[in-house]
Amino acid sequence: MRSMFKTSAAAFAILASTMGAVSAEGLTGELKIFLDTSNPAPRATMERMIEQFQAKNPDLTVETTVIDREAYKTQIRNFLTANAPDVATWYAANRMRPYVEAGLFEDVSDLWAEPAIADNLASTKGAMTIDGKQWGVPYTYYQWGVYYRKDIFDELGLSEPTTWEEEKANCQKIIDAGKKCYTIGTKFLWTAGGWFDYLNMRTNGFDFHMDLLTGNASWQSDEVRKTFANWRELIDMGAFIDNHQTYSWQEALPFMVKGDAAAYLMGNFAVAPLRDAGLSDDQLDFYQFVEITPGVEKAEDAPTDTFHIPSNAQNKEAAREFLRFVASPDVQTEINNGKNLGQLPVNAQSSVDDDKFLVEGFEMLSSNSPGGVAQFFDRDAPAEMAKVAMEGLQEFMVKPDNLDKILARLDRARERIYK
Amino acid sequence: MTQASVAENRQSSWWHQNQQQITPWLFLAPGILFFLFYVIFPIFQSFNLSLYEWDGLGKAEYVGLYNYEELYWDEAFYTSLKNNVVWLVLYLLAIPAGLFIALFLNQTVTGIRLYKSLFFFPFVISQVVVGLVFTWFYDPTFGIINVLLGSVGLPPINVLGDENWVTVGIIVAGLWPQTAYCMILYLTGLNAVDPEQIEAGRLDGAKSWRMLWYIIVPQLRPATFIAFVVTIIGALRSFDLISVMTNGGPFGASRVLSFYMFEVALSEYGFRMGYGAAIAVVLFLIMLAFIAYFLWSMYKEERAR
Repeated sequence: MRSMFKTSAAAFAILASTMGAVSAEGLTGELKIFLDTSNPAPRATMERMIEQFQAKNPDLTVETTVIDREAYKTQIRNFLTANAPDVATWYAANRMRPYVEAGLFEDVSDLWAEPAIADNLASTKGAMTIDGKQWGVPYTYYQWGVYYRKDIFDELGLSEPTTWEEEKANCQKIIDAGKKCYTIGTKFLWTAGGWFDYLNMRTNGFDFHMDLLTGNASWQSDEVRKTFANWRELIDMGAFIDNHQTYSWQEALPFMVKGDAAAYLMGNFAVAPLRDAGLSDDQLDFYQFVEITPGVEKAEDAPTDTFHIPSNAQNKEAAREFLRFVASPDVQTEINNGKNLGQLPVNAQSSVDDDKFLVEGFEMLSSNSPGGVAQFFDRDAPAEMAKVAMEGLQEFMVKPDNLDKILARLDRARERIYK
Repeated sequence: MTQASVAENRQSSWWHQNQQQITPWLFLAPGILFFLFYVIFPIFQSFNLSLYEWDGLGKAEYVGLYNYEELYWDEAFYTSLKNNVVWLVLYLLAIPAGLFIALFLNQTVTGIRLYKSLFFFPFVISQVVVGLVFTWFYDPTFGIINVLLGSVGLPPINVLGDENWVTVGIIVAGLWPQTAYCMILYLTGLNAVDPEQIEAGRLDGAKSWRMLWYIIVPQLRPATFIAFVVTIIGALRSFDLISVMTNGGPFGASRVLSFYMFEVALSEYGFRMGYGAAIAVVLFLIMLAFIAYFLWSMYKEERAR
C-alpha cells in the first residue's frame, strides 16, 4: 500500500513536471481581459491582437470585456476589489499609484528582469516604477506637440519657430491676419494642463516640473510665476480662441479645420479627426514645442498606456504570458501602425509606421528630448492635485488677473494633499 | 380530537382578534424592510463615513470632524452652497409659470389635447437631451441666443462660459421641463375647481386677478403643495443638467452640492469618500429642513380634517 502511494506520488510528480514544461507553451484555463479601448479603431486593434494571442494558446479561453473609456476610470476601483479580471488596461506613473498603494496591482518586477523586456522597454521603466518595483507593461505611447496649418503658415510667410521670440512673432502675424494662433477647448480642463506642462518644462526644466507636480516645490515660487508670466504674454496677445472654456477638445477642432486658428497643442490622437475633417497632409504639419529659457533641456509629454495584472487575478500565469506577448516587438509594431492605433511602440526593437507624424514624433522623443519624458499633467500629479490645479489653470486662462488667488489656493491644496 | 380543535380555535382566535392591526403591517413589511435597508441605513453609513478619510480602496482612517473643518475652509463648497440657494429660489419660478400655462390651456377649443401634450413634452424627454439642446442655444459662436442678441445690436454673451451667468443659464434649461410638470399638476387641479364658487364670485364682481387670487388659487392648494414639493426636491437634486452642460465649470462656478460630492468622491479625479460623505451630510441636513416642513404641514392638514 505504502509503496503504491509512493509510486503514484512519483508518477504525479513526473506528470506535474511535464505539465509545467508544457504549460509554458500551452496555457490552460480562463483569461479575463478588461479593456478601456472603446473607440472603434483601437477596439478593433485590441480584439485582433487578442485573437492572435488566442490562436497561439488554443487551450486558453480568453474572455474580453471592453468598457467605455470614461466609465472605465471610475469602474476600475470596483472591479479591482470585487471582481478582478486577469489583465486590465490603465495608465503609467502617478495614475496607477492609488491602486499600487492599495495593493491591487500585481508586482511584475520578475517580467522586467527578463532581458526581452528589460532591454527593450527601458525607456519607460521609470514611469512603470513605484517603490523600486514595476507594476505593469506599456503597450503604446504618443507624442505631444504643436500641430499646425502649414498652408496658413505658408500664406503668411511663416516658418516653424524654434524659440519663444519666434513663436510670439509668428503668433503676432497670425493675429494681425485676423486669425487666432491656437485653438483649445478647456471645458474638461486637461487641455490646459498640456499647455502648462510645456510652458513650465521649457521655462524651468523637467526636474522642477516634476518637483512641482510631486509636491516638492511651491506653486507660489518665482519659477512658477515666470511660467505664468510667459503664458500671460500669449493670453494678452489674444493668441487663444475665445470662449474656450465652453468647448471640449473635439469641439475646438473645427476652428483649426476652418482656418480660424492656426495651431493646436495636442497629443497625436488629434491627427486622425483632423484628417477625417478633410485636412490633407500638405495642410497639416507638426513642430516640437519651442525653447523658452535658453539652455534648459527639452523634455516632452508622452503619455503611456499600460497593461496590468490585478492582485486578485485568477490566472496570473496566463496573464504574465499575455503581458510578454503585448510587450514583444512584433506585436507592438503591429498594433501601433497607422492602420491601428496610429501611435508609437514602446519596444525599442519595434519599427515605427511611416506616417509622417509618427516618424517625426518618434525622432523627437528618441533624440530630441534630453530632459526627460513626462506622462502628462494629470498622470504625473496625484489625481486630487491635478483636478484642483487644472481648474486653476482654466481660470487663469480666462481671468489672468486672478493669478495670485489661484496660486495661493493651489499651495493650500498642496499642503493638504501631499502631507 | 376535541382538544386539538380547541387549540386550533384559540390560535385562530388570536389571529382573528389581532388581524385588523397586523394585516397592514404585514403588507407594509417588504416596503419597510427595503426602506430601512436602502434609505435609512445608508444615511447613518454616510454620517459614519464622513468621520473618516478613505480613498475607496485602502484602509479608512478615523479623522473625527476634520472633513467638516475642511469644508469650512473650502471655497468650492461655498460656491456650491450659494448655487444651491440660487437653484432653490429661481427653480420655484416653475410654479407660477406652470400655473399660467395651465390656466391658458384650460379651455375647450379644437386640438387642445395636442397643445397640452406639446407643452408637456419637455417633461417627457430626458434631462440629458434638454441639457444638450440648451447648450446649443447658448453656444457662443453659432448659438441662437447670440444670433438673436446680435440682431438687436447687443454684444454676444457666453452664457455657459461666464461664471456669473452659468448657473442662471442652467436653471433656465431646467425650468423648461419643470414648468411642464407643474402645468400638469395644475391642469388636473383645475378640473376640481368648483364652478359654483366661480359663479358666486362673478356675481360678487370678482374679475381677472382678484378672481384668480381669491377664488381659484385657494382651491388649487393641494396642487400647489405638490408642485412646491417636487420643485424643491428637483432643485436640490439638480445634477444631470450640470453634468451635461458644463461639467461644473467654468472653473467650478456652476457646481452645486450634489455635483461637488460626486466630483470629490466618485469622479475620475475623486478619491475622497469621507469628504464626499461630509458634503452629502450637509445636503441631507438642508433637505431635512424642507422634508420636516412638508411632513409637518401635511400632518397639520390631516388634523384639520
